[in-house]
Amino acid sequence: MNTQRDPTVLESFQQQGLSRRAFLKFCAATASLLALPAARAAELAEKLAGMPRPTVIYLSFQECTGCLESLTRSFQPTLESLIFNTISLAYNDTLQAAAGEAAEAAREDAMRKAWGKYVLIVDGAIPRPEDGAYCVIGGRSALDLLRHAAEGAAAVVAVGTCAAFGGIPYAAPNPTGAASVQDLVGDRPVINISGCPPIPEVITGTIVYFLGFGVPELDAQRRPTMFYGTTIHDRCYRRPFYDKGLFARSFDDEGARNGWCLYELGCKGPVTYNSCATMKWNDGTSFPIQSGHGCLGCSEPNFWDGGGFYRPLSSGLWHGGIGEGLGVAAVAGVAIGGAAAVAARQRQKRTTEAGKKPPEAP
Amino acid sequence: MDLLSFARGPALQWALVIFVLGSLWRLAGILLLRRKPDYTEPRSRATWRGALKLIVTRTWSRREFRASTAFGQSLGYVFHIGLVVVVFGFVPHILFIHSLTGLQWPGLPSSIVYVSGALTVAALVAALVRRLSNPVLRLLSNFDDYFSWLVTVTPVITGLLAVAHLGARYETLLAVHILSVCLLLAWLPFGKLMHVFLVFISRGTTGALFARKGAST
Repeated sequence: MNTQRDPTVLESFQQQGLSRRAFLKFCAATASLLALPAARAAELAEKLAGMPRPTVIYLSFQECTGCLESLTRSFQPTLESLIFNTISLAYNDTLQAAAGEAAEAAREDAMRKAWGKYVLIVDGAIPRPEDGAYCVIGGRSALDLLRHAAEGAAAVVAVGTCAAFGGIPYAAPNPTGAASVQDLVGDRPVINISGCPPIPEVITGTIVYFLGFGVPELDAQRRPTMFYGTTIHDRCYRRPFYDKGLFARSFDDEGARNGWCLYELGCKGPVTYNSCATMKWNDGTSFPIQSGHGCLGCSEPNFWDGGGFYRPLSSGLWHGGIGEGLGVAAVAGVAIGGAAAVAARQRQKRTTEAGKKPPEAP
Repeated sequence: MDLLSFARGPALQWALVIFVLGSLWRLAGILLLRRKPDYTEPRSRATWRGALKLIVTRTWSRREFRASTAFGQSLGYVFHIGLVVVVFGFVPHILFIHSLTGLQWPGLPSSIVYVSGALTVAALVAALVRRLSNPVLRLLSNFDDYFSWLVTVTPVITGLLAVAHLGARYETLLAVHILSVCLLLAWLPFGKLMHVFLVFISRGTTGALFARKGAST
């Protein structure tokens, strides 16, 4: 009988030569990232210390690998710390050394051993028509791979807007019939971490939170409210300029140089829920608005079909122009009004002529 | 399609079509009517001067009526000026007009627009209370008066809620605000709100008639 058990998260830290103190610092920093109170930081440490490293399967479908590129730039917790100490990353076709049938066999083996307990991370949309023939990996369609892997998952984490909402593959005319993870996985908890790409610390933070406490509180789009609870606009450092009515009108005018609000240049911050303005990127260095470009709204569904990145949010969303429609309406309006006036004139004339006739004798 | 996309897209598009069609229908229908022939000797041939004069003089009450009309007239000025500030001074509104017509002008600080919006709502509510509490006004009022009031005040309230993020998520509030504007645009040509276009035409016509008859304007 095999009595060997998997090492706990704390033991994995110690096997890497890291002290218990380092583990506690990791937990405290992660709790801080998640804005958890101090008591919950201790709870997180206690839970992670006693639990074996959970198996994580990371599947990539219709995507550009930008989300994984983002994940590799996570500073707290780092990806190395996560995969060497906190989770057991059993499959990721970009990061793993194995390839081909050996890699697929390793994935199947890991899933079988942790059936019902592993965390499934999905990156990219999934094409549905023709039995999913537009995305095939190792001879199996993405659709088939996802359905099979989701069956045994404790939870599914959809990383990136493509996995969460269909993203760019889903954009009109959606030639491959792409769908999001939540459209296909109905009976498992799905956590969406949207963004193109998502903020790396949001990905790692959500995973660690799930390991410690289960599925976090989610918004209507199934995104963790701790990261997607407020709009970019609400936390934007340029917000005071919006309130003052000071807007940059081009990317190189005085307003742009003075750091004024980018609303006129199409910034979608007011309707975009994400943590970019507070957590920022590259270890808190900057985010798109800080570098002078408006928010594209990449963490929202259908952001690619939102009528143009550089059109202000308050402009109409008519495709192909509205001038013709209004022109037809104007001509029709004048024609109907003219016809009504002509009819009224004729009525008036008849009434006048009737009034001129002498009254008939009784 | 989400609610905001629907509001910014098809709803706004159809509301504008109805607005343009309805407004031109009403204007053409009125302006192309035959004038009643007047066979009297005109006292003055400079009727346009009488028209312009009446347009100006009717912007305030005559002294003898001032005491009884001051409150109502003041309310009217407050919400009309407030609406002008809100509609034509708020930068997102200017950007919408720009996307539609190509016209653009500098906006006002948002705080001034917010205060104007709040004053507008207060004045509109006071006007409604006055209408309901005054027996004569109540008797004269019909569905058009109340519905026109409703479609005027709703965009202002929803706009204020949207900028203050009160009551729902911003995108929902924005969508409701745009939909309320759609309702306003669609109703405007067919109710008393058509005075937006007709007020100076009717005043000018009256002034021209008065001038022809030699009456005081």
